[in-house]
Amino acid sequence: MGVIEAIELRRTYRTTTGVLRRRPLEVEAVRGISFTVERGELFGLLGPNGAGKTTTIKMLITLLLPTDGTARVLGMDVVERARDVRRRIGYVFGGDRGLYERLSAYDNLRYFAELYGVSGRAQRRRIDEVLELVGLKGRESERVEGYSRGMRQRLHIARGILHDPEIVFLDEPTIGVDPVGARELRSTIADLVAAGKTLLLTTHYMFEADALCDRIAVIARGRIVGEGTPAELKRGVADGRVTEIEVFGVDDGCVGRLRAVEGVTAVTIEEHDQKQLLVVQSTGERELTQKLLAQLGPAAVGRVASREPTLEDAYVALVTEAA
Amino acid sequence: MTAARIVWTSFVINLKMLATSSFFLVTSVVQPVIFASIAFFMYRTGDRAGTLLYASLGAGMMGVWSTTLFASGGMIQWQRWQGTLELGVGSPPPMALVYLPFTLANAATGMYSLAATVIWGRLVFGVPLRFAHPWLFVLSLPATVLSLGMMGLVLASTFVLYRYANALANLLEYPVWIACGLVFSTSLLPSWTHPISWILPPYWGILALRHAALGGDVWRPLGMVLALGVASFAIAFATFGWFEHLARARATLSLT
Repeated sequence: MGVIEAIELRRTYRTTTGVLRRRPLEVEAVRGISFTVERGELFGLLGPNGAGKTTTIKMLITLLLPTDGTARVLGMDVVERARDVRRRIGYVFGGDRGLYERLSAYDNLRYFAELYGVSGRAQRRRIDEVLELVGLKGRESERVEGYSRGMRQRLHIARGILHDPEIVFLDEPTIGVDPVGARELRSTIADLVAAGKTLLLTTHYMFEADALCDRIAVIARGRIVGEGTPAELKRGVADGRVTEIEVFGVDDGCVGRLRAVEGVTAVTIEEHDQKQLLVVQSTGERELTQKLLAQLGPAAVGRVASREPTLEDAYVALVTEAA
Repeated sequence: MTAARIVWTSFVINLKMLATSSFFLVTSVVQPVIFASIAFFMYRTGDRAGTLLYASLGAGMMGVWSTTLFASGGMIQWQRWQGTLELGVGSPPPMALVYLPFTLANAATGMYSLAATVIWGRLVFGVPLRFAHPWLFVLSLPATVLSLGMMGLVLASTFVLYRYANALANLLEYPVWIACGLVFSTSLLPSWTHPISWILPPYWGILALRHAALGGDVWRPLGMVLALGVASFAIAFATFGWFEHLARARATLSLT
């Protein structure tokens, strides 16, 4: 039995639209997803913005009630036994918010230590430990309002693990953090896994998921569209090839024409100043380069290269298929 | 023991936060003094014995109510903006216990507002500080401020569910001043309004303070203010639990 179980989990948001004549509007954020996370595993939820990652995490950490389906954490139902679940999990949200700005990092941690029942005697020792772990030792008496984004994010992690939870949920913990800070955060996350914690991580940084996760579920439009180890997901597109074509001034219909070519599974376009990079995924070993180039019309073609699929290619293929 | 520790530590930490908020300090320090000054000028023309202390207490209570309304009422909205509301709700203790210390810290600031008003009246307007029952006044002051704090806790619970409830709460400032007769007698109001006054802690609180200062029965209004405080806490405890469940169903804990 997994320590996190989602079974046909659904969540619908009800809102209204219109100014004078308000009409009810329903948005299905999560549409029946199921997955299991085993003890000691780092499980990644990957998906584009609005795919339902944060909604899923919020249901698992008891901040949102599922519209339908079941979720269990450590065998406890997240609706029926919300308070018991809260005692044994930690969670970390990405971004600037979620800290008491006018308090020092130490006071922030002391406050949450009290809420999570870290006893008075153990409190100072535990706060020192987590500050050491996230690299904020020596800066704890400064007010949070003066912290950089990376420091805030590390403080978020310290807060999330303060009570030594068995499971930690991390919702885009490196979002907006500079590359050096993000690398340090990834190292902290790896330390947590080494310490035996179970982690559920959401991100849309492929290299991060590839480097950290034992298993990944790709979520798009509220549904899981692929699940497995990073290697398994890559193998899903490994029988195909990825062709990268550098072009200048490609027209609007080009992506559509490329998608229509037999054997093409996904096409994305990346803008780089005056040039664009077309990334075309195709099935099998068939050589499609000439057919692809024929679809580009009058656009000037630069470098053309073929390579092995990466996790990002697997992700793009899965998400495109779901669209 | 754990609940007491949570309340005490959170209370101290919240006082620290309030002490570093210039907006809150200006509201709780300057506003009551302005109320007091206006009331003194109005009542001085009447030239009746005891009216200046009457005005001083009333103006102080106006300040306490404003502090309670904006601080306790706005507390949830502020936490939502800051992204800490979900952290408080997602922690193991009952939500009412998490937010009780915030209200207590606000109440402590409210007590300061009342004290500042009385001292301002003494220093600037020469209001005589001769209390008929000084010890009962010392007892009535924290009881009143705490009871108002509990009323603030009830208001705060509604903000968990409604993201923009503070816009409505702002409208409650003047009606409560009037319904509770903070600077005049409620006998001047239509009789149908009296039951409304009776269920509001500030009504009994100002009576207890007035009677302790100027003479009269203190125990009855003091008992009522304490009873309403306890009832407000019980209501807040229930509504926090109920509204938390509804907020999780309706997804109103965060801004988006």
